[in-house]
Amino acid sequence: MSYLTESFMQLLGRAPRKPKAEEYTPEVKQIHFYKRGEKVDLEAIRAEHMGHKSHKWRNRRWATLISVNLLFLVSYYFDVQLLEGALTGSRFIGFHMADLNSALQVMLAYKHVVLNLLIGTVTIFVLWFLLGGRTFCSWVCPYHFVAELAEKIHLKLVERKLIRNHEFHRGVRTVFYVVFAVLAVVTGYTVFETVSPTGILSRAVIYGATLALGWVAFLLLFEIFFSQRAWCRYVCPIGMTYGVVGLLSPLRVVYNVEACKHEGECRKVCEVPHVLEPVIKGRATDVTVPIGADCTRCGLCIDACPTSSLRYEIRGLNKVL
Amino acid sequence: MSDDKPDNTDMPGAVVAKQVPPVVNRRKQQQRRQFLRTLMLAAGVVGVSSMGFIPVARSWNPRLRPPGALDESELLAACIKCGQCVQVCPVEAIKLADIMDGFGVGVPYVDAREQSCDFSCDGLQCILACPTGALSHKLNYPSEVRMGFARLDRPDLCLAKKGEGFKGKIRGPEFDGLFRYNEIDRWKPQRIRDQEFDLEICDLCVRHCPIEIRIAQCEAGEPPSGDINQCPPRHAIELRPVDEGDGVRRMRPEVLDGCVGCGACEMVCPTSPASIVVDIESTVKRV
Repeated sequence: MSYLTESFMQLLGRAPRKPKAEEYTPEVKQIHFYKRGEKVDLEAIRAEHMGHKSHKWRNRRWATLISVNLLFLVSYYFDVQLLEGALTGSRFIGFHMADLNSALQVMLAYKHVVLNLLIGTVTIFVLWFLLGGRTFCSWVCPYHFVAELAEKIHLKLVERKLIRNHEFHRGVRTVFYVVFAVLAVVTGYTVFETVSPTGILSRAVIYGATLALGWVAFLLLFEIFFSQRAWCRYVCPIGMTYGVVGLLSPLRVVYNVEACKHEGECRKVCEVPHVLEPVIKGRATDVTVPIGADCTRCGLCIDACPTSSLRYEIRGLNKVL
Repeated sequence: MSDDKPDNTDMPGAVVAKQVPPVVNRRKQQQRRQFLRTLMLAAGVVGVSSMGFIPVARSWNPRLRPPGALDESELLAACIKCGQCVQVCPVEAIKLADIMDGFGVGVPYVDAREQSCDFSCDGLQCILACPTGALSHKLNYPSEVRMGFARLDRPDLCLAKKGEGFKGKIRGPEFDGLFRYNEIDRWKPQRIRDQEFDLEICDLCVRHCPIEIRIAQCEAGEPPSGDINQCPPRHAIELRPVDEGDGVRRMRPEVLDGCVGCGACEMVCPTSPASIVVDIESTVKRV
């Protein structure tokens, strides 16, 4: 239960807290005890792990993301009716699917619940519940993809000390969530859709370039020069919605403390590093710790980890992927 | 770091004045900066998205909406901006609005002069495709639609009104407009520019009117899709003789009750600009 609350509070924007002494299991206490006694030369560990470069999950993810978005385009272009519509609302071989946040905005603004939309919403809810919630973000959302590329440029510039990253308070995403919901109810318009880069990009991929892409370009420039991954981290209510969906999801990333050398490579590549707080030395409250719901299940940390301390897990199946 | 002051105690005779560092809690300061930054981010994003209201409030781009569209403000609320209506339209009449439509971004519209709806799908495919009912599922037949209402905007340009015929191709070789001519091919939309006409008096608007086409089919005992419910109850447009006392045989297109505002007449009107145009339904209501 406390894992759930902590996971939810982190979604809302609270900073991860240090666990209290009584929250640790005896097993992990022992591990932490031995690790404290070990002499650690981080530089040596890093040097030893230099050769470790895997892009397995990233490549699979990019392939999936590009395929899904192209499937929309191909389906329309060749009129094969496989995946019609756009990411906001679609039909997969005839079955309704509706993006949860878009559907919510529509229902709040229109103040009616349309049956088709409800069917589509339930379908998508079940789908992303099974797949991990924010899995949508990193495995499907086209903005996530371009933002990932922009992030690479951002990190290069930071490395050369040409710019500095500016962080915001993560709680602002919750504020945005409430504000956009209220705006939809009060104005009767789906205000968020106007600026949603996910919708804009998805439509542009399918129906052709629009001026709205200018806004997406602005966001990317903002992220390159001012604040790393700003939209996904601090603004997007879509990510928030799917985060909540993923709270109890069976598919998640788990961390095992035993082999971990705590050099922190995983936290460097993570879009939402606060979820990886348990990998900090002495923070894991159990030998294996599930990562919180704000995790996008992108797998970059799994790729980055030289000791295989992070992996995907399907709860219940307890099967290692 | 600036607070590491050099130690000067070993300088002989130096008076050691204890320098008190200014009380600046760097963490607090950073937190305050972050808070202000966050406030600006919130104001910025909400501000930019609210700007979408301007084009809507000032009706910068009045749009002819697809068949079955709810009233403008309800349409913008109910539409999920997915474009499924765009994908099913056999004559590609539906487009999605861009960012200059503000809150209307991604909402479908029809640019009738470029490509009108021709109702050749019978079943109102766009309505069936709509997942949210923004295109109202209450409509079943083309004759129930009211997108707008046609009006003879420039009677002085109208060929029929001038008593002139029409010979050749409509709207030049560059025009991409599509129309499904039942007599050519029920399913394959034809380029309008490929059609050759030779009319004693121009009646292009009447002969392309989907409602009139349907009425003619019904009268011939062949209702569209074999369904007599498809038969429109009222006429939409007809040519009526006009006598200006100069002995010239003139006709004037008269728009009737049954007009659904699809814009086919506007698309095929050979004059430039079009003599007949569709007034958007909402505009009609306001007047």
